[in-house]
Amino acid sequence: MSPKTLYDKIWDAHLVHEDADGTSLLYIDRHLVHEVTSPQAFEGLRLAGRPVRHPEKTIAVPDHNVPTDPTRIQGIRDEQSRIQVEALRENAREFGIEMYDVDDVRQGIVHIIGPEQGWTQPGMTIVCGDSHTATHGAFGALAHGIGTSEVEHVLATQTLIQSKSKNMLVKVEGKLPPGVTAKDITLTIIGRTGTAGGTGHVIEYAGSAIRELSMEGRMTVCNMAIEGGARAGLIAPDEKTFDYVKGRPHAPKGAAWEAAVDYWKSLRSDAGAHYDKVIEIDAAEITPVVTWGTSPEDVLPITGTVPAPEDFEGGKADAARRALEYMGLEAGQRLSDIEIDTVFIGSCTNGRIEDLREVARVMEGKRVKDGLRAMIVPGSGLVRAQAEEEGIAQKLQEAGFEWRMAGCSMCLGMNPDQLSPGERCASTSNRNFEGRQGYKGRTHLMSPAMAAAAAVTGKLTDVREMM
Amino acid sequence: MEKFENLTGVAAPLPMMNVDTDMIIPKQFLKTIKRTGLGVNLFDEMRYDREGAENPDFVLNQPQYRDAQILVTGDNFGCGSSREHAPWAIKDFGIRCIIAPSFADIFYNNCFKNGILPIALPQDQVDRLMKDAEKGSNARIEVDLEAQTITTSEGEVIPFEIDAFKKHCLLEGLDDIGQTLEKGAAIDAFEARARAERPWL
Ligand code: SF4
Repeated sequence: MSPKTLYDKIWDAHLVHEDADGTSLLYIDRHLVHEVTSPQAFEGLRLAGRPVRHPEKTIAVPDHNVPTDPTRIQGIRDEQSRIQVEALRENAREFGIEMYDVDDVRQGIVHIIGPEQGWTQPGMTIVCGDSHTATHGAFGALAHGIGTSEVEHVLATQTLIQSKSKNMLVKVEGKLPPGVTAKDITLTIIGRTGTAGGTGHVIEYAGSAIRELSMEGRMTVCNMAIEGGARAGLIAPDEKTFDYVKGRPHAPKGAAWEAAVDYWKSLRSDAGAHYDKVIEIDAAEITPVVTWGTSPEDVLPITGTVPAPEDFEGGKADAARRALEYMGLEAGQRLSDIEIDTVFIGSCTNGRIEDLREVARVMEGKRVKDGLRAMIVPGSGLVRAQAEEEGIAQKLQEAGFEWRMAGCSMCLGMNPDQLSPGERCASTSNRNFEGRQGYKGRTHLMSPAMAAAAAVTGKLTDVREMM
Repeated sequence: MEKFENLTGVAAPLPMMNVDTDMIIPKQFLKTIKRTGLGVNLFDEMRYDREGAENPDFVLNQPQYRDAQILVTGDNFGCGSSREHAPWAIKDFGIRCIIAPSFADIFYNNCFKNGILPIALPQDQVDRLMKDAEKGSNARIEVDLEAQTITTSEGEVIPFEIDAFKKHCLLEGLDDIGQTLEKGAAIDAFEARARAERPWL
């Protein structure tokens, strides 16, 4: 048999049917739904009189719309948000789907609670009506975002019509320098390949620097596979993965656990497997980075300066001109001179416990600069509870951070947490698109450590200077 | 689903690359629980000012493009989120065909589920169509899905590629779910096999 990649193996294990032209029916092991991309799918089922084939393979959680202040338990004030969350609740009840509701401590961002509940396991196919489903690839699961029509298709059939993507390998070898984190790896890769570099591919992240990462770090890397244009990101599971999954509520137990681990150990690319595209990056060369523009590919080391449109060719020069105007920046300006108004720490990229610990480490003995709005939105109620138990929450509040309830929050500003026009934010989220965090808001993406450093000085700051 | 047959219409030029789903339909319009009605908010932040007044410079506000059925645009169109609200808004506005050098993956697939035809062409051909589109309402472009050709206002014929299955579904207006349910026996067989091989699932 010819050598296979990890992606090939998971694909083959889930192939229900393949047409002559390669159009395939792929079995889906796990489905996650949230309130924004599912109402039309459930409505479609109702109209066609179709049941959900396997309600037990789906979980539901509201995250995009939910306010992050504690009064939300008394009801969501924004009427449309409330209707969407109520629709999810109603649909979950009608179709028999388990839901982690707003008042449940386990509620949080869908891509945080999947792994947290042991719902995400190696070798699975996992989908959600949300592009950052790629996050779950950190466990060696084939996980990707789907549209609402596909949500309906999966609910009705537990399968998805797909054609196979190409294989792409991104290898990061070596040791990360101090102050450089998983977020810097993933942003650096996108800076290198561009937002369309992975289009049509599934990326497998490999190399010693990736293996060295914690599960949280691996999730950060896979989370942004979509910003690099890839369908999904994957990391081969290892002992760290198994340790993370073990004992979680939905994880296999007893003999089933042993059988599962045996199988999971086979989930790695064979020697000599073919990749259509290979990118190699030396970990030692990665530095703390920030974005300067309105595309996640607009990445530069914090020691750099704002580029000029003339530095680019073709359509990218126009895009850069527009981005500089939108961001209110001048070519040649030092990135570390850029002043910010807001710091947002959270999102499915960096809203996990390790991210909060990292922020706490940088903030040790320091304070948020006076006048700055700095908010921390834990990725789930359980992350929040753990940070409180570890004493991190109290320390960060004393340092001047707001301590919010779990949700997507200012990652996309669908709830009241938004930037005002012209406001500039150091953000640990994954998208710096125009208007993403609020109308005319300006976003600089970076790691939690870098966002913490910016909170201290009120400017984009090289965290290495604080170490 | 609505069938896609031949289309002859005005093409609106939007010469921008990396047009993302937040630009196509900003998130404040995602709070709907319906599929329709999003067309008025298509490209909202470029199309209107804060008070809701039309920006006269934006292409879809110009009289000759108000009824555009085709959009000619730049690389990596539809990048960003998986939200199907983006194709819903495009369709609701009346655009049925998008021509660009490349598309973001999920958006590309979502188009087909909603009766929209996305066509990827080499940059030089897109440039040619962009010029054609800039001529406004006198320049009608013809898209023939069956023959897989685009005919410019000057009669030039440009062929395009499309996946055979996707083409078939668009032409027939086929519902994916109905088709898959016909493969119920294969799904049952797969589930029985998977239960034996991976019982922990
Ligand atoms: S945190 Fe942001 S990127 Fe992640 S699911 Fe929520 S809105 Fe999407």
